[in-house]
Formats: sequence, structure tokens, C-alpha cells
Amino acid sequence: MRAYLPTYELITPSGLAEALTLLAQAPGAWKPFAGGTDLMVLLEAGKLTHRNYLNIWNLEELRGIAVTNEQVSLGALTTYTDVQANAILREEFPMLCQAASETGGLAIQNRGTLGGNIMNASPAADSPPALLAYDAELELVSTSGSRLVPYHGFHTGYKQMVLRADELLARIILRRTTQSSRQYYRKVGTRKAQAISKICFAGLAHIEDGRIADARIVLGSVAPLPLRCVKTEAVLRGNRIASTVIEAAEIELAGEIAPIDDIRSTRHYRLQVSLNLLRDFLTSLQASNAQASPV
Amino acid sequence: MRMEPIINKLEVHCTVNGRAAIIHAYPMERLLDVLREQLNLTGTKEGCGEGECGACSIFLNGRIVNSCLVPVVQAEGAEIQTIEGVATGEQLHAVQQAFIDCGGAQCGICTPGMVLAAVNLLKTNPHPSVAEIRTGLAGNLCRCTGYIKIFESVLRACQKQRILQDGVELDGQ
Repeated sequence: MRAYLPTYELITPSGLAEALTLLAQAPGAWKPFAGGTDLMVLLEAGKLTHRNYLNIWNLEELRGIAVTNEQVSLGALTTYTDVQANAILREEFPMLCQAASETGGLAIQNRGTLGGNIMNASPAADSPPALLAYDAELELVSTSGSRLVPYHGFHTGYKQMVLRADELLARIILRRTTQSSRQYYRKVGTRKAQAISKICFAGLAHIEDGRIADARIVLGSVAPLPLRCVKTEAVLRGNRIASTVIEAAEIELAGEIAPIDDIRSTRHYRLQVSLNLLRDFLTSLQASNAQASPV
Repeated sequence: MRMEPIINKLEVHCTVNGRAAIIHAYPMERLLDVLREQLNLTGTKEGCGEGECGACSIFLNGRIVNSCLVPVVQAEGAEIQTIEGVATGEQLHAVQQAFIDCGGAQCGICTPGMVLAAVNLLKTNPHPSVAEIRTGLAGNLCRCTGYIKIFESVLRACQKQRILQDGVELDGQ
């Protein structure tokens, strides 16, 4: 049933300073409202329990993609369309661009924001696995200043986050690197497009002298939070790609993820496909290695 | 039942199809409902009401969005274009004419969203491939046509625009 609209407040602060003051004055009273692509769906279904929202959509301080030699800083209100339009992101952070291109259609990509995708904290969200694979950092702001926290560890449980009630997510920071890496992003849903993920996989590996010097394995929709699989990464680190290593990684991953049965898929399917994707990623590293070295 | 405080309606100023509009609404009212019920612009349709189908598509500050997911507060100061604003007077947009010529509309519920998505695509990409047309129309569901006649309509509109452009160039020579 639809929500009773006269009980919902949505006020527009004049700028970031006023927004932060409102958050600080009554912590928890106001929740931020950006592109509305999740919240409006809940509203229409009568499932939006909180009543008072801050319209942050117009806060210029939370917009824009700033690039320096060291980093790319994305405003929390960066839309999926903005992500795909940025040449540096396409070149250096292709998994994020792919996630953005596979999230809804154009009308959703024009309104959905990276900040919203993080703060809505759905384990099925598509940009968090890419952001975790890139070791993103988050800049959180409040009236008492700003702090930078690693994105890895930011989600602590289902919809639980390291965020104070008086804080806003301001920017997402991606460190640029000259180190070349192999990147693999794959979203598996009911259809090829316009579907919410059953499983989402982001893999990144630095290969040195035929060995995996470092690896990131991140999965969505297989745990209460987007999950960086550090134990699986540890199994891979320092090793050459071989069938024994792939098998060891699969065993580790099976123990590290905790998929469940829900409306979109089953525990069994999610487990099997997660292992398949890991194998596909690792095999692709092997294949590209073989191509790179003379036969 | 717990009584909850009732919020006051507010005034939202925006431009809709080139005309200034003042809307009185609760802040979280959907732009879709305000357009249809207050401004009588019923060309914008409600399909799913959750951002899956694209029937409620409009241009908000030049970007195509689902109006069912936009609270009216966020239309303050905005330029809005709906399907009613696509034709120039009696002169249909090339995309609209192509949908008529190619049978791109059947029941018609998805048509305003499809037309706007196609207009949006042709603005930035006048010569799209079929794959680009599919991507450009993604997020717009049709349960009648099977999409083929819709793709044909968009291709026809591209051809027509090209002829018009070439005509202009010839005139200029």
C-alpha cells in the first residue's frame, strides 16, 4: 500500500553547512535523500519507515569528479551516468564503469548515485564490489570536520556502517596507480540487463614474474554486506596460477562467503556461481599470462 | 494508531514544456502524479511505479529520468519536458512520426517513454547501431510489440533526420 504522503518531510538545506548543522542538531532525526531510486520505491510500497529527509541532491559540494596525479575524488552525488562519461575512470577503473553501465537503464543511471549505492548498503549493490576491489576510501564530513576511512570495513553487517548519525558521505577516493593489473567484473542476474544481481564478482590481480603479487576478490549478494574475501586473497598471494592454487582458492571462498536463499536466488546457486566466477577469473589470468610470454 | 504530524504543502516553481508552473504539493509527492493530476499532462504514464518500466519518463534539466522516482521538491527551479513538449505545434517530432509510420505503438502505455528515450538517444547519437538503440531504450518495457517495430521506428526516425539534415546542407550549397 502507498505511503501516506502528508507525513513525509523532505527539506532542502541551502548548502552543505546547513545540512551538516541540521544533522548535528538532532542526530538521527534527518536522513539524506539523493537521487531517490531506492527510497522512492520503498515509499510507493509503503515501506519507508523513516519520515524526515534532507534533500541533498542540489549540494554542489558533493558533486563532481576531481582528478589529480595521485587520486580520483568522486563526489557522493556522482551518478552512474557521470561515472561512465569520465575518461580517466574508463581507462583506469573500468570495473566501476561496468558496474555503472549495468545498473538499471539510462533513466536510473541519471539519478542513482555512488554515494546512495554505498549508503543504502544493499548487499546486492553493484558498485561496492568494484570500489572494494580498488581499495576505495570514503570521506565523511560533519560539523566537527572530515575524516577519511577505508571503504573496506565500512560495512559492518546488514545495513550497518561505520558512520555517525551527524555525518554525511562527501566523497569517494580512488588511488591511481601505474602498476598494471588484470581486472574482471561480472554481474549475474536473471537477465543480461535490467536485473538485480544474484551474484556480483569483482576480481583484480597484480601479476609479477608469473606470480600473483596481490589480489582482490570481492563478491556481492553472497553475505549480509558486500564482501571482500581476504582469506581467498591470501591463498592466492605469492602463488603462480595452477590448478592446485585454483582449487585451494575455491575451497577457501566456499568457506568465506555466506550466501542464502531469498527472492532472487538460492544459496546453492550462489555458491556454485561464485566458485565458477572465481575459476573463470583465475583461468583468465593464466590464459593472458600464456599469451604474454613467448611459446 | 499513533497520530503523526502532518507536513504542510509547499510551493514548487518550475518550467514545464517551456511554460512556468507553480505546484502546490506535499514534498514527497511524485513528480509523475503532479504532472498528471495538477498540470493535466496525462501523456506521462504510470506503469510499474518503481523505476523498472520507463513509462513515466520525462526530461528533468535535459536528462531523462523516471518521474515516479522524483519527489516534487527536487523539481524546484527545474526545466521539465514531457511527451507533450516533444512536437513543435502540430509538427510531430521525427521519432513520433516514425512510430506512427512503422506501427511502433500498440496499446500505447509505453510509447511516451519509448519516444522520449529515442529522442534522447538521437540527440547525442544521430546514427545509432541497433545495439545502441537497444541500450538507449533499455529500461523501457513494452508488453505488446515484441520491440521489433519499436527498433524499426527509431531506425526510420534516424533515416528521416538524415534526409532532413542532408536537405538543409544542399540548400546551403
